[in-house]
This record gives sequence, structure tokens and C-alpha cells, in this order.
Amino acid sequence: MDNLILTDFLTLTGIAFIAALILYFVSQKFHTEEDSRIREVEAMLPQANCGACGRAGCHDFAVACTKCTPQGFAKLYCPVGGAKVMNRIAEYLGMAAPSREKTVAVLRCNGSCQNAPAKVNYNGIQFCRIAHNISSGQSGCPDGCLRLGDCIKVCKFGALSLNPQTGLPQVDEEKCTSCGACVNICPRNLFEIRLKGKNNKRVYVACRNRQKGALARQNCKAACIGCMKCAKLCPEIRIEDNLSYIPDTVDAAKYGRQLAQTCPTGAITYIDEKEKQND
Amino acid sequence: MTKTFPTGGIHPQKYKLASDIAITDAGLPEYVSIPVKQHIGAPAKIIVSRGDKVKVGTLLAAADGIVSAPVHSSVSGEIVRIDRQEDSSGYYEDMITIKVEGDEYIREIDTSGKLIKNIPDNPEEIMQSIRNAGIVGLGGAGYPTPIKTTVPEGRKAEYLIVNGIECEPFLCADDRLMQEKAEEIIIGAKIINKLLGIQKAIIAIDENKPQAIEIMTRLTKSYVGVNVRTCESKYPQGSEKQLITAITGREVPIAKRPIDIGCIVQNVGTVFAVYEAVMKKKPLFERIITVSGDAAEKSANFRVRIGTPADFLINKIGGLTENTAEVIFGGPFMGTSVANLQAPVTKLTSGILLLSGKIAAKEPETACIRCGKCVDACPQGLMPFEIARRARNNDFSQLMQLHARDCIECGSCAYICPARIPLLDYCKISKAEAKKILKKQ
Amino acid sequence: MLKISSAPHISSPVNTRSLMKGVIIALMPAVLASLLIFGFDALKVLLTSVAACVACEYLICRYLLKTAPTTGDYSAVITGILLGFNLPSSIPLWMILIGAFVAVGIAKMAYGGIGKNLFNPALVGRVFLFISFPQQMTTWPLPHPGKFFAADAQTGATTLGILKHLDSESLSNTLTKYSYQIDNIPNYLDMFLGNTGGSLGEVSALALILGLFYMLYKKIITWHIPFYYLSTVFILTSIMWFYKETPELDPIAHMLSGGLLLGAIFMATDYVTSPMTVKGKTIFAIGCGILTVVIRIFSAYPEGVSFAILIMNAFVPLIDRWCIPRVYGTGRK
Repeated sequence: MDNLILTDFLTLTGIAFIAALILYFVSQKFHTEEDSRIREVEAMLPQANCGACGRAGCHDFAVACTKCTPQGFAKLYCPVGGAKVMNRIAEYLGMAAPSREKTVAVLRCNGSCQNAPAKVNYNGIQFCRIAHNISSGQSGCPDGCLRLGDCIKVCKFGALSLNPQTGLPQVDEEKCTSCGACVNICPRNLFEIRLKGKNNKRVYVACRNRQKGALARQNCKAACIGCMKCAKLCPEIRIEDNLSYIPDTVDAAKYGRQLAQTCPTGAITYIDEKEKQND
Repeated sequence: MTKTFPTGGIHPQKYKLASDIAITDAGLPEYVSIPVKQHIGAPAKIIVSRGDKVKVGTLLAAADGIVSAPVHSSVSGEIVRIDRQEDSSGYYEDMITIKVEGDEYIREIDTSGKLIKNIPDNPEEIMQSIRNAGIVGLGGAGYPTPIKTTVPEGRKAEYLIVNGIECEPFLCADDRLMQEKAEEIIIGAKIINKLLGIQKAIIAIDENKPQAIEIMTRLTKSYVGVNVRTCESKYPQGSEKQLITAITGREVPIAKRPIDIGCIVQNVGTVFAVYEAVMKKKPLFERIITVSGDAAEKSANFRVRIGTPADFLINKIGGLTENTAEVIFGGPFMGTSVANLQAPVTKLTSGILLLSGKIAAKEPETACIRCGKCVDACPQGLMPFEIARRARNNDFSQLMQLHARDCIECGSCAYICPARIPLLDYCKISKAEAKKILKKQ
Repeated sequence: MLKISSAPHISSPVNTRSLMKGVIIALMPAVLASLLIFGFDALKVLLTSVAACVACEYLICRYLLKTAPTTGDYSAVITGILLGFNLPSSIPLWMILIGAFVAVGIAKMAYGGIGKNLFNPALVGRVFLFISFPQQMTTWPLPHPGKFFAADAQTGATTLGILKHLDSESLSNTLTKYSYQIDNIPNYLDMFLGNTGGSLGEVSALALILGLFYMLYKKIITWHIPFYYLSTVFILTSIMWFYKETPELDPIAHMLSGGLLLGAIFMATDYVTSPMTVKGKTIFAIGCGILTVVIRIFSAYPEGVSFAILIMNAFVPLIDRWCIPRVYGTGRK
């Protein structure tokens, strides 16, 4: 029996030794030298791996940060982490911190269940991308929100939720990092990353329908009909293909309330976060 | 000996309710709305204006570029509207609406029922006739026929396959056409043969059309080089790639066209249209459409003018019944749901189906039980369950390895799935993503 | 209001529930056989097992996962019947409850429910009981066909058990209680009909084969797994027998004894835990066959089917990775 224990002991030790040798050589052979700053920078990032910065993920962004010139660094920005994270990274790398104004995603459609009631019964898979290819949607508006929530599924920050009353997705300003995932996924390109604006006051056209007024109104009460009333108020507003577009540069504090009141269909949406909070 | 493709395929219930019903004329509606884009490629350019009087066969819109096809008037009357109108899917397309007055044809069209057998000698002349007639692939893809029948430099056509398969349930339009216009189709095949500079044409028919096979076999005896091949009746036998494999044993390599392996496939409807265009100078302004469905009162095969509203045809077979849940343009596998019943039929509408809630029920999606039926059913050798699993989680990292872009969207996987997972939808999402990736590269 | 949906607009009449129902129907001949052979005890075991499995799944879905219960697809019923089939009729009922909990609760629901489990739930339940309670699990009541309420049935050994202990000298105490004599080996007809000791479902080859044909006819399973599994076992045992390694048991007896048919027809063919492609199924089935023979002939256990299938279950993800179908247009090998 002694013999048996001895052989067992020796065999196992031998196996362990050989395995250790293999591990050692493999780790030697495949060892790569990495800039230690990459790990440090990566640790500062939000680790959402959302790709909002235009890179494949946080690691890729960290690599880009450490390898670029100061001019190149000014072009890099992590919208999720915002100014706070970028300042830290800039400090660590000894470069000037890039600055960006705060932005948020907005839904440019007001085709709620009330404004644009369903005309057909969509019975397929709950994916906007599929519904978009099949038909113009339940309401019949070819440019309106399909209300199936691809954007909600793709949002990594829980900033989007389906409003049970309107049937439309709504954006939680606090949580939205303006990563742009919703902009990319929406088959009708309804989301837009807009400046948060001074005092969180924003004004935009919540419609993308380019049909003529009467046709657009057939499907949705809140459609932009291209009536030009807003353009008369504010010369910066452009109207193309029966659709108005209010650029970011329009001063929401100055024109916002007036524009929203002027719009005959209610397509222009004015948001005053402070007012909302006071309510 | 019946032929078929080796991998995958399913055997759905056939529902060929209209296979014994002769083709009848659907008659003229009050108005027709003719879309200017009824094909793959650029929309045709409108050359008429409001108030113009047109006859049957008048050119309304000319082809815009090579990948495009002209559109002709299907009725005689006055143009009352040229604007964007709702099509069958609810989207808005440019259409020309004509108020029907009488039924006057343009002079060039030979309206006699006489069979003409002497094929023009000049291939250029034939090609010009086909191009002017606005013929596109009537099987459903809508690829302009002139391009498909042109053999590119360095390639050689070996086989012309006339696709008489019609593997979609309910549809019988091609079946009836083969029974009633067999000789015209054979002559049409010889015309395309001349264009391609080959002698051989194979008419492929699936075995659930015994009358068509009998008639075709009898008539092809007097035509050199034209042969009938019987194929197993299996879905999707009528798919171009699968049919080529069934007939020739060759496979179309990935990202290649059938002509690269010497094959050209034309639908029987297209071949018939080629005959009419070349021999009768008749542009493509009407087609055969099966109007059927399990919720329909009766079934019919209509000869329909392009632009006829769907509800005009539905009313001809007794109107929308109580238990109609869904109206489909095309077959139940690859067709599209109709949101707007006033939508016009186009060159690509092979059928209008009224499906009951029982057939068209979409049961809720349940968990995948890994039965592998989708893998067995896929005629392309893909793994739909794996593509779907990743698409659901927005994981598009393995799309190329999974060959998502090689999906032919036949829907066999979604049909067979016992867990009712909408596999085809997930595959379509993945396919779109794969195309995006390819574009980037 | 018209419906709008994506293609395809029709779907096959077969869904998960109807497939599972088909399997249950295929199991019915064997259920009847077990009732005929082991009487009321068999009914008790089967009912307890099915009820426990279904209840377990329902309760876990309802109260632990807080999702809609998936008991409606009948898969828990199948697990229940198969678990019952793997137990001797004399087993105490509380053990069945433990087995059902292990089968459904641990082997199935802990992995995420139907479709996600790696191992066959019924087999995990059986093996758990087999290792935990070897004595009760290997006490095989002798068949008493016709006598439905026979009390205090006699116990005996299974064919494989007898053979396993004929040539081994040191036997564990629990297993030496019974007389292992060569005369006790039943004849082919008894084995075919099920007039022999064993677990509830495994004894009657006839009933199991009827179930196989039903499933093949209804296209619930393909022939690959049962065929390759059984032929592998047949070929290997023939070789053994030919070279006089196992003179006592010929290949035909091997086919008819133990849980081989039950395993090859109902356990190895489980959708969730078997490979998807034909190539994969072939490898899986041959692997099961080899392991079964190895365990039966060279190990201390008389029976190897459940271990063989469980071991091969673990290889399924790997097999599925290897055996992907050839994509159309990628050139033939």
C-alpha cells in the first residue's frame, strides 16, 4: 500500500509540475506589453460599453485617449460620463479637457394613442424594425412612432420607458446620457440628440411627417402641416417638404412658449424642466 | 423521377382551392391607380399629365435608367390624379389614377387570340420588344427582365429554367396559366432561348399540378430542346436558388448570380408576358391573380388589369367575409399584409388571399426547446434559432459566421417552429444588420 | 379591423404543446404495461411522480420566478412519467417527491426552465435517487402480471444485476441480499413483453417499441438517435460476446434488458438535451452507445444507460458547435 501512495504522490506531483511549466511558457509566449495608463483611464470610464463615443467600447476609447495627440484628444468625448469623467481623464493624461454642452435625446413624434389612433391591428412581433418594413403602422402615419419600443430595449441606461397613456416612449432627462443608441435603432429616425438648453428649456417640432397638411392630419391630430406660422415668428426655423424644423440655436427661453402656442396642431413642443418640477 | 433540392424544405398544407377554376376576366373597375414603381430599381419617369386621354397600352412612365421598367396604361380613359397615394402597406407611392372610359386598345396591340409561332430572327429586336413592354419578373422579385436575360461578358448561359413551381399554398395563377396557355409559354421560352443563344429550356413543374404536367409534356414533344421536369412539391421549391439546385445539381455560390453558373430562371408568367410582348406587341398591363383564401366565399383566377383596387376583386368573390382576419397580397409565406383595401394590384401581385383568424393566428412566442426543426427546415443550411437568439439580444457579432445575409426569407423556419418564435423576423433584423456591416467594410 | 402581421402568415399546426402531447401518447403503451406488470404500486408511483413534477414547476414559476407558469406545455408531465419509469414500484413515495424536486427544480428550472437545461431532468432525478438511496432504488419487485392489488410483492434482481454479480467476488452488503443465479435470467419472450424485474417503464420492450413507432410516424423524433444508439450497443456487445468476454449475456439480451430501450427511445431523444443536426445526433447516439456498454461491462454498476446519456448531455453544446450544417453556396466537401 505504501508503494501505491508513493506512486500516486509522484505521478500527481509530476503532472502538476508539467502543467505549471506549460502554463509558464504559454504566459511568457503570449504576454503583451500594454500601456499601464490604458487600464487607469478605462477604470475612470463608465464601463457601459455603449459605443456612444464612436469607439467599440470603453477599452477602445481608453486606448484612443492614451495614444492621441492633444488636438486629437479634444475630439474624443464620452457623452455618458460627461464633463466630470473627461476632466478626470484630461487631468490624468495632462491634457486640456474637452468641453461639450449637455445634450439629451428627444422624440420627434407626438402620435400618441389619442392623437393618432390605431386603424389596423398589428399582430406581429413587437419590433419597430419589422413593423416598419411591413406597413406604415397602426395609425397609418408613415413617419410616426410605431410604439413598439425598440428604443426602450436598446437603451442601456433605463432612460426610456413606455408611457402607458400615450403609448409613446418617454425620455428620463436625468438618466439619458445622449449615447445615441435610440437614434440609431429607430427605423424612422425619430430621435434627435439636442442641447439641453439654458435652464433646461427646449423647443422642438415633435413630428417627422412630410406629407401635405390634409393628408398628415388624416392620421394624426398633432402632425406638423407646414403652415409656416412658426417660421414667421422666428426666421431661423426652416420648413421643407411640409415639415418644420426648429434648430438647436433657437432661444427656447425667448421663443419657446410663443411658438408652442402659435402652432395650430400642437406639433411644436416646449419643455421647461423647472416648470415640470414645480408642478 | 421527381427532383428536389437536398437540404431543408417543408410540406405545408396546399390549400390549392382554385386549381380547377378557369381564368376569367375580372372586368374593369371605375378607377385604376397605377404605381410608377412596380419593380426593383429606379421608379419610372412620368411622361403624361392630368387630363390626358389614354388608351390601353399607352406609355404612362418611361424607364429611368437601365435598372428600371416602363409602366403602361391598363385601361382607356382620362388621367384624373397624379400624386402620392397609399399602397397596400399604407405607405405613400407615386401613382397615376385613370378614370375608366370604354376599353380602347392602342393600334399596335394584336388582340386576336391567334397563336403566332414564327420567332423574330434578330435578338436585338426581341430585346427591344421586351424592354418596351415593361416586363419584370412576375414571380415576386420584380427584377426587370431585360437585365436578367442579358448574359454578361465572360459568362455563358447553359440552362433556361422556366419556373412553374408555385409552391406557396393557395396560389394557382401559374398553374392555370400553364394549363390554358401552355403553347404560348413554350414559344415564350424559345424566344428567351434565342436571346440567350441556347437551345435548351427546362420547364419545371411540381408534382401537385398533374394537368399542367400532362399538357406541357404533350406539347413540348413538338418543340426541340424544351423539356418538362417534375419536381417534388415541397416549399420553397420555387425559390430560384433551390430550383437551380434541384434541376442542375449546381449551387449558386454566395454573393453570385445564377448566370455565374450558367443558369437563368424565369417565372412562367414572365415567359408568357415575353410571348405577348414579342408576338402580340402587348405591353405588360394585365396579369393573372388568384383570389382565394380559407375565409373567402369562393376562389377565382382573374385576368386583372394592373392598378385595379383590391376590394374590386374581393367583391367579385363575395366580399370580405365575417371571419376574414387578414388580407394578404401574394402567398401566405412571402406575401405582405394589406392595410389598405383600396390599394391597387401591381405587376408583382400574384394573389389576394383572405385568411381567417384560425389560419393567420399568431400564437405567443414561447421558449425555444432546441428541437432543431428550423435547422432541418432551412433550405439554405442556416441555423435560424441561433441567429434569432442573438438578434433578440442585439448581439450582432457573429452575423458573418452565421451567414445571416444568405437567408432567402422563405419563412420555413418560422412556419415550422413549435415554440412559435418569429424566427424569420429575427433573421430579417440580422440580415439588415449584416448588410450594414458589409457596407461599412 | 384588419390584422397586420409579418410573414409567414401561416404556421404549422404543430406546437410545443402538441409535440409534448404526442410524446405522452407515445409513453402510454409503456404506462399500461407497467400497470399490468406491477399493478397498483406502479399507478401510485407514476401519479405521485407526475403530480410532484407538475406542482414543482408550477410553484417555482409562480412564486420563485414570478412568471407565467409553463406547466401548460406538458413537459413537466413527461418528466414526471419518465422519472416514474426509472423507479422501482416499491419505492417510498417521499423519495419520489425528492426525485421530482431534483428533476424539475434543480435540473430544469434552475437552468432557466424548458429549453435551457443541459441535462435530462428525469435522468438527473433518477441518478440523484440512485446515489442517495441505493438500497430502495435497487430493490426490484418481481412482476405480478394480472394481479392488480398484489400486496407485499416478492423482490428479485434485474437481468443485468444478476450478471454483474455472477463474476464479481466482493459485493456490497445491500446488493448481496438476493440470490444472483444464472437460472434467474429471464428468457427473451419475458424480456420482450416485460415479465421481468426492473424499473416501471423499462421492462416491456414491446410497449416502448410501440411508442417509438408512434413518435416516428408523427414525426416527433427522427430515427437517428434510437437507431445509432441501439446499433452501437448491439455491435459492441456482439464483439464482446463473440470474443467470449461476456459469455452470459448475448447482444439480444443486452438490447432487451435494463433501461436501454427506454433511454434510447425517450431519454436520449429529448429535444432540449440532444444535438440539433443529423450529424450531431449521430455522434451523440454513438457516444451514448459506447458509454453504455463500457459502464455495463467494465464498471461496478449493472446499468449504464442513465449515466451514459447524462455524460453525453454534457457534450451536446460542444457537438452542436462542431456539427453546423453546410450553408448553401459555400461549396461541397
